[in-house]
Amino acid sequence: MRIPCPYCGDRDVQEFAYRGDAGPLRPSEDTGFYDYVYLRENPAGPIREHWYHARGCRTWLVVLRDTRTHEIFSAVLASEFVR
Amino acid sequence: MTRYSIFGLARKALGGHKAWQTTWRDASPRSGYDVIIIGGGGHGLATAYYLAKNHGIANVAVLEKGWIGGGNVGRNTTIVRSNYTHAGNEPFYEWSMKLWEGLEQDLNYNAMVSQRGVLNLFHSDDQRDFYARKGNAMRLHGVASELLDQDGVRRIYPFLSFDNARFPIMGGLLQRRGGTARHDAVAWGYARGASDRGVDIIQNCEVQGFLRDQAGAVIGVETSRGSIRAGKIGMAVAGNSSRVAAMADLRLPIESHVLQAFVSEGLKPVLPGVMVYGGGHFYVSQSDKGGLVFGGNIDGYNSYASRGNLPVVEDVCESAMAVLPMMGRSRILRGWGGIMDMSMDGSPIIDATPVKGLYLNAGWCYGGFKATPASGWCFAHLLAEGRAHEVATAYRLDRFRTGHLIDETGAGAQPNLH
Repeated sequence: MRIPCPYCGDRDVQEFAYRGDAGPLRPSEDTGFYDYVYLRENPAGPIREHWYHARGCRTWLVVLRDTRTHEIFSAVLASEFVR
Repeated sequence: MTRYSIFGLARKALGGHKAWQTTWRDASPRSGYDVIIIGGGGHGLATAYYLAKNHGIANVAVLEKGWIGGGNVGRNTTIVRSNYTHAGNEPFYEWSMKLWEGLEQDLNYNAMVSQRGVLNLFHSDDQRDFYARKGNAMRLHGVASELLDQDGVRRIYPFLSFDNARFPIMGGLLQRRGGTARHDAVAWGYARGASDRGVDIIQNCEVQGFLRDQAGAVIGVETSRGSIRAGKIGMAVAGNSSRVAAMADLRLPIESHVLQAFVSEGLKPVLPGVMVYGGGHFYVSQSDKGGLVFGGNIDGYNSYASRGNLPVVEDVCESAMAVLPMMGRSRILRGWGGIMDMSMDGSPIIDATPVKGLYLNAGWCYGGFKATPASGWCFAHLLAEGRAHEVATAYRLDRFRTGHLIDETGAGAQPNLH
């Protein structure tokens, strides 16, 4: 897999660290933390995920990827990602 | 059912092997059952077998969307062991180990269980301390373990790279009772035993939804072969647990990840047992056909693809060359991927769900094969008795909410790191 980093261009997946599903939102209250930390949609199909370009520009990305084919559709800076 | 024996084999050999009967019955769905097991893999078939054998519940259907044994029970590295550290895990896996030891006599089926020993190497002082602690934890649960020094490892595996500059082999933790089993035969053996006791094994029957009553309880399933009603429904669909649970409006503490495994061309006997490298993540044994069966880490990102990517292949082969340089002379014959139910603490779930009538057997991570007998035993107990078996009390679904995690690696809720 190659991830199209907005800064660095297409880079090998080994340069990135995986954080996981970008869907869960950190709750502001104590309630909801169980859902946030432990429960996942775990879709078979497109999923938005956090990847960190650890051996590159060191930015966090939101990558849209298909879990059935590993095809990557897009990558945007997490700081600029609009839900 | 005809009992298998050496005499029967000889008799049929003399008759040109024409008299063999079908091992198990390929059934068509009936309108209803006492219990439906979703998933005709090792765990589902074992559950059906023990429901019939231990609890006298034989009005059972096992629903499989493809063919039985076509999922992870046919895709693993066939290792069986019970070398766990945590009190929630060790009694369960040891019960599984005991069931492996008597499995072939119980099933009257040759599962080729071979207790050739599982050796985990250590390469540093702190790794030795970790394995000493693990060995002690095993002993506290009555499970034999031996901490070998370098000479002890040399006696069994004289050909390893002992003087590797970065990861010299200092010794290893050995469980002599661990080993391997013939994975396909485990599925077929349980299928035969269950089928013989009246269980319907129904293939090409994909569950597409749950039938619910007005109170929300599940009372059956919609399948590609029509709707089937049931008193209780058990899910044993590791790899796809989230997808099946979603049909019952459940979200699970599980992510699906791909784990690759590989086999070399057939070689004469070179490896006496199961050897696990401690410098990276690499484990290898030799099948009775002669192939070196080996694997490493999961690829590290969510996947339902049943195939992995090349960085992990490279990583596994680097580890292989670091500890077992002679492997470089053999060629890889095949590689494949299986989809793992990675739970949030690396340990499984055998429990009732919040949906009445629906029971969950899931979250086996990359270690489900060794658990097959005890998983079936305990899931059958849960389905029949309505409460957890004594060696599976820790495998609760709500432990993530209550904080009673069983985290062997201590990686937290980050399944790609378990």
